[in-house]
Amino acid sequence: MNEGGPGGVEARDAVSAPILAVENLTKHFPVKGGLFRRSNAVVQAVDDVSFLVRKGETLGIVGESGCGKSTTARLLMHLIASDRGHIRFAGRLVGAAHGLSRRNLHRQMQMVFQDSYASLNPRLPVAMSIAFGPFVHGLAKSQAQQRAMQLLQAVGLDPLLFANRYPHELSGGQRQRINIARALALEPRIVILDEAVSALDKSVEAQVLNLLADLKAEFDLTYIFISHDLNVVRYISDRVMVMYLGKVVEIGPVNQIYRNPQHPYTQALLTAMPSMDPRRRTLRAPLSGDPPNPISPPSGCRFRTRCPFAEKVCEAVPPQLLAGAQAAAVACHMRFPGSGHSRAANTVSH
Amino acid sequence: MAEAATLSVDASLVLKRAQQGKSYWRRVWERLLDDKLTLAVTAMLMLLLIMVLFAPWFTVHDPYTGSVLRRLKPVGTLGHWLGTDEVGRDLWSRMVYGGRMSLLAGVVPVFLALLIGGFLGILAGYAGGLLNSAIMRLTDVLYAFPSILLAIAITGILGSGLKNTILALTISFIPPIIRISESVAAQTRHLDFVEAARASGARPLTIMRYHILNNVLGPILVYATSLISICIILAAGLSFLGLGVTPPSAEWGLMLNNLRQALWVSPLVAALPGVMIFITSMCFNLMSDGLRQAMDVRL
Repeated sequence: MNEGGPGGVEARDAVSAPILAVENLTKHFPVKGGLFRRSNAVVQAVDDVSFLVRKGETLGIVGESGCGKSTTARLLMHLIASDRGHIRFAGRLVGAAHGLSRRNLHRQMQMVFQDSYASLNPRLPVAMSIAFGPFVHGLAKSQAQQRAMQLLQAVGLDPLLFANRYPHELSGGQRQRINIARALALEPRIVILDEAVSALDKSVEAQVLNLLADLKAEFDLTYIFISHDLNVVRYISDRVMVMYLGKVVEIGPVNQIYRNPQHPYTQALLTAMPSMDPRRRTLRAPLSGDPPNPISPPSGCRFRTRCPFAEKVCEAVPPQLLAGAQAAAVACHMRFPGSGHSRAANTVSH
Repeated sequence: MAEAATLSVDASLVLKRAQQGKSYWRRVWERLLDDKLTLAVTAMLMLLLIMVLFAPWFTVHDPYTGSVLRRLKPVGTLGHWLGTDEVGRDLWSRMVYGGRMSLLAGVVPVFLALLIGGFLGILAGYAGGLLNSAIMRLTDVLYAFPSILLAIAITGILGSGLKNTILALTISFIPPIIRISESVAAQTRHLDFVEAARASGARPLTIMRYHILNNVLGPILVYATSLISICIILAAGLSFLGLGVTPPSAEWGLMLNNLRQALWVSPLVAALPGVMIFITSMCFNLMSDGLRQAMDVRL
């Protein structure tokens, strides 16, 4: 299956430099309870996650709900503080003394939320919501409004019709366009789209996806696209990162991951994807049960409790994700020669 | 520079020409206009306010000069339609002039408490953590005393008089307003649009001003108007106990106290200041109910 090896895949990946480097990002939420609100357990929402985002690409992040996708997004935006790990933006450490300040990070990186209604202030006309970012970054109010007008135009809404409207007067698709305009108002280089199209119905979703593609070209953007919809991720992404219980299990170019998934979880996830072709419909349930509780995740490999190939080594040793700069990386003992897994030697060919 | 100027003119022009949306407050206003009862009580309060402000125009007799010959005339006496009090002063004049004090002592403390308590509450609710604990535990200490006891204790220490009454009532209304504004601000804090504002790099005070305040103002205002009726009664109560406004000033609670002895001689006259307190606080209560209903707009 894997004759070419990971080395020669997609040479263009090697060309562009990483705009964002995430190293060992970790967030454990304490679960408080009992007398005096002691924290007696932690939810390991994001655990030791590292990845690179290259300039101009779209990185898709997929996984079941509760796998840490949204927490990762909030950590990247510094909306919540990380327990461990670093984020480097264009080589500069974020939040460090000589690095990039959080305020400057927010000018470079913006986010679009899933709930188009909750993410707009119901008491402000939408143009004000868009103008707020530039305004707090020192632009005069009238100029900030001018920019809001231009952005309304850019996201396909007529300023004359929509500038003074309130969120409750708009449809879901229109609101999400406003949210995108708001995210672009600070002229960021990275936009995180956290389930940004998931709540829209299919026809509107397609329009917004096309808009996102146009905007990416127009404003020279880099996207981090978080979704549980595998078809959408395949359509829009250049590379895909698969998460499971707060860990990255596989990351790589979209075609490679979708055609030749290496991790059993990725395989199961892709089998579960509804096919457009009725002759290729899924016949048996690829995975059963829910993911284990992230409060006390399984030892070793976190997927082992649902993995059909789990062996002793999976219980004992957590598999490492070897994040190669170019190709797909996978965190599974079966893919590492000499890991001790019975399938290890004959599946990996180099 | 010149280019920027033309751009900004352009933007405001576009904004002006742009189709107006219906803001939340405009919808509330339209609903209020449909609510006849609320309109009626608001009109009544306005009338009362006008009468009290322009008291000399509405009264014939001086509220402070009495005559022993005209003591405790009953309601309907020629020249004194509402009768006279225990030292022969015209009751209508005293009620109108007394309304000044009563309304002042009923509205000003709530307004001051709204400013102070609202700010502290929103701050505590938005900031959370240690600041929240500090403000809320201090509030709990004040909360431990019933507001009437707290007001009595404060005026007892500071002495009677309008200023001290207002101060005492302000202090006793700050805790409940802190409570309410803290809880609504804490609910708003976790909404996505506040996260989005934080993600745009805005400072906490800016977010509070542009995103929290306009979302919590409604419920806090409704609560504050409902406090006005309580405050009028409390102020009257303090005067009744001799801790509020001092004689010979006219104030409804004080008048009630002074006319107490005349209850058997001229019951209707003795009850009139109480009726005024009742009507006014009722109007404020109904207005607050109407406001609450009008603001309950599903967006």
